[in-house]
Amino acid sequence: MKSIEDKQREIIEDFSLFDDWMQKYEYIIDLGKSLPLIEEEYKTDEYLIKGCQSRVWLRAEIKDDRVYFKADSDAVITRGIIALLIRVLSGQKAVDIGGSDLYFIDRIGLKEHLSPTRSNGLTSMVKQMKYYGIGLQNKETV
Amino acid sequence: MTAESTLVKHRPVIESRNDFPILSTRMNGRDLVFLDSAASTQKPQMVIDSLRKYYSEQNANVHRGVYALSQTATHLFEQSRLKVKDFIGATSEREIVFVRGATEGINLVAQSFGRKYFKPGGEIILSQLEHHSNIVPWQMIAEEKGLAIKVIPINEKGELRMDVFEKMLSEKVQMVAVNHISNALGTINPVKKITEMAHRYHIPVLIDGAQATSHCAVDVQDIDADFYVFSGHKMFGPTGIGVLWGKEKWLDAMPPWQGGGEMIQTVTFEKTTYNELPFKFEAGTPNIAGSIALGAAIDYIGQFDMTEIHAHEQALLEYCTDKLSEIKGVKFYGTAAQKASVVSFLVEGTHPYDLGVILDKMGIAVRTGHHCTQPLMDYLGIPGTVRASMAMYNHMEDIDRLAEAVTKARLMLC
Repeated sequence: MKSIEDKQREIIEDFSLFDDWMQKYEYIIDLGKSLPLIEEEYKTDEYLIKGCQSRVWLRAEIKDDRVYFKADSDAVITRGIIALLIRVLSGQKAVDIGGSDLYFIDRIGLKEHLSPTRSNGLTSMVKQMKYYGIGLQNKETV
Repeated sequence: MTAESTLVKHRPVIESRNDFPILSTRMNGRDLVFLDSAASTQKPQMVIDSLRKYYSEQNANVHRGVYALSQTATHLFEQSRLKVKDFIGATSEREIVFVRGATEGINLVAQSFGRKYFKPGGEIILSQLEHHSNIVPWQMIAEEKGLAIKVIPINEKGELRMDVFEKMLSEKVQMVAVNHISNALGTINPVKKITEMAHRYHIPVLIDGAQATSHCAVDVQDIDADFYVFSGHKMFGPTGIGVLWGKEKWLDAMPPWQGGGEMIQTVTFEKTTYNELPFKFEAGTPNIAGSIALGAAIDYIGQFDMTEIHAHEQALLEYCTDKLSEIKGVKFYGTAAQKASVVSFLVEGTHPYDLGVILDKMGIAVRTGHHCTQPLMDYLGIPGTVRASMAMYNHMEDIDRLAEAVTKARLMLC
C-alpha cells in the first residue's frame, strides 16, 4: 500500500499533464462517472452529509488497523473529487488519516471545491474522514 | 412615477451597462457575464461615489451634533428617507423605517406586531413560493404565540392558487405574508388582489418586495398592503440597508423591537419613553452611509423609465427562454404568465452544482442550489435549479454567452 504522501504526489503528477481547465474537469467528470462508489442501501440519512449545493454520503469500515471509505454524491464533479480523496485516504492507517495534510487538492487547483463557503458537502466530508481516522482506531465499523 | 418625473428625459436603458464598473471585469479569465442579480445586483458608479463621498467628506453621527458636519449628515440621511418615500409612493416619511434589509424588516414586524396582536390558535398564511426570510421569522413567533402556519399552494406554472387562498381566509387568520416576485421562479404575484381579499377579513398583509423594486414601479398605496419590505442591495444600492414601510396606524401602535440610542425620548432607570416614528424602530446609530447611497440608487433608477426597464427585461427573459429551450434536455421551472426576468432551469442528466461549476469556469455567474427556498424545491421534487436572473444592465450577448456555455457544459457532463 502506497502512503498518503505517495498517492498525493501521483495525483499531482497526473494533473500536471492537463493544459487547461476543460481537460482537468473532463477527467474529474470521468472519475465521477466511473463505478458507483457506495451501495444504494447506504444512501440514507444516516450516512448523509448535507451541503447546500450537493449531497455527500460517506461510510467507513476498519480492517486490521486500516480504514476503508466509500462515499458518493448526487453531483458528478463532487463525485470526481470524492474519488480522488478516496484514492488518497482509503486503506490507510487510521492514525495517518487523522493527521493527514491534503495539500494535493490545492496543488491541482481544486481548492475552491473544498472551501467551506462552497457548501457542497466536501469540507464536512474531509473533516468526517479524519474524524473516523481518529475515532475508528478502537472500533470495527461505524 | 410622479408627475415631475414624466417630464424628465430618460436615458436609454441599454446605456446602463457602462455605469457598472464591475461588469467590465473578468472572471476566471473570461469577460464577466453577471446573471445573478436576483441574489444581489451590481452597483453603478453613482452609488459607489456616494459611499466614497460620504466617508471622505460628510461622515458624522446623525440627529446628535449641533456642528455643521453632523447637520449635513442628518440632512442627507433624512433626504434619503424622503427619496424612499417618493420612490414607493408612501404618504409620509414617518412610514419609512430604515432596516438592514428585507429580512430584518420581516423580523421586525413578526416580533413587534406579532407580540402585540397575535393570539393563540390563530393562523399565518404564507405561500409555497416564499424565501426562507419570509418563513422563518413567522415560524419563530408562531411557535412562541401558538399559531399555525398555512401555505398557499402553487399550480404547475408556479403561480399561486388564488382559488385555494380564498378558501383559506377566515377570522382565524392574523397575517398574510407573501412575496411580490418569487426569487426562485420569477412569478409576479397579484399582491394587490391578495391584499384586497385579505382585507375583506380585516387581515393585515405584509409584502416581501425584495425582488420587485428594481424591476417594476412599486406603489404601496395602490397595493394597499399593511407592510412592504425591500433590500437596498437588490436595487443597485449597498448591502446592509433596507426599508420597512408600514401604515402609520400600525407602526404607531406597535411596540419598539430593539432598544437603544436614537429610539428613545427620555430615559430614566424607572421608565423610558420612546421617540416618534420612524425613529422608534431605529435603535442605535443607523447605516448612514448605506441609507444615503440607497438614495443615490433611487436617483440612479430615476434616470431611466421604469416601463422601459421592464420591457427590456421582458425581452431578455423571452430571449433567454428561447435560447435555452433550443438546448436538448433543458427543463424550466416557473412558467407563470406574469413573470420577472428570472429563468430557473435544469438540464436532464446533470446536477445544478456541476452546471454551476462549469459555467463559473466560463466566466458566467449564475446561482445554483435551492435559492433559500427549500420548501419550494421539496415541493418540486428537485435538489435545486440553475437560475439566471437578469437586470437592466444585461444585454442579449449575455444570454448568447450563457446558452453557449450551457451547451458546452452539457456536452462535458452528459
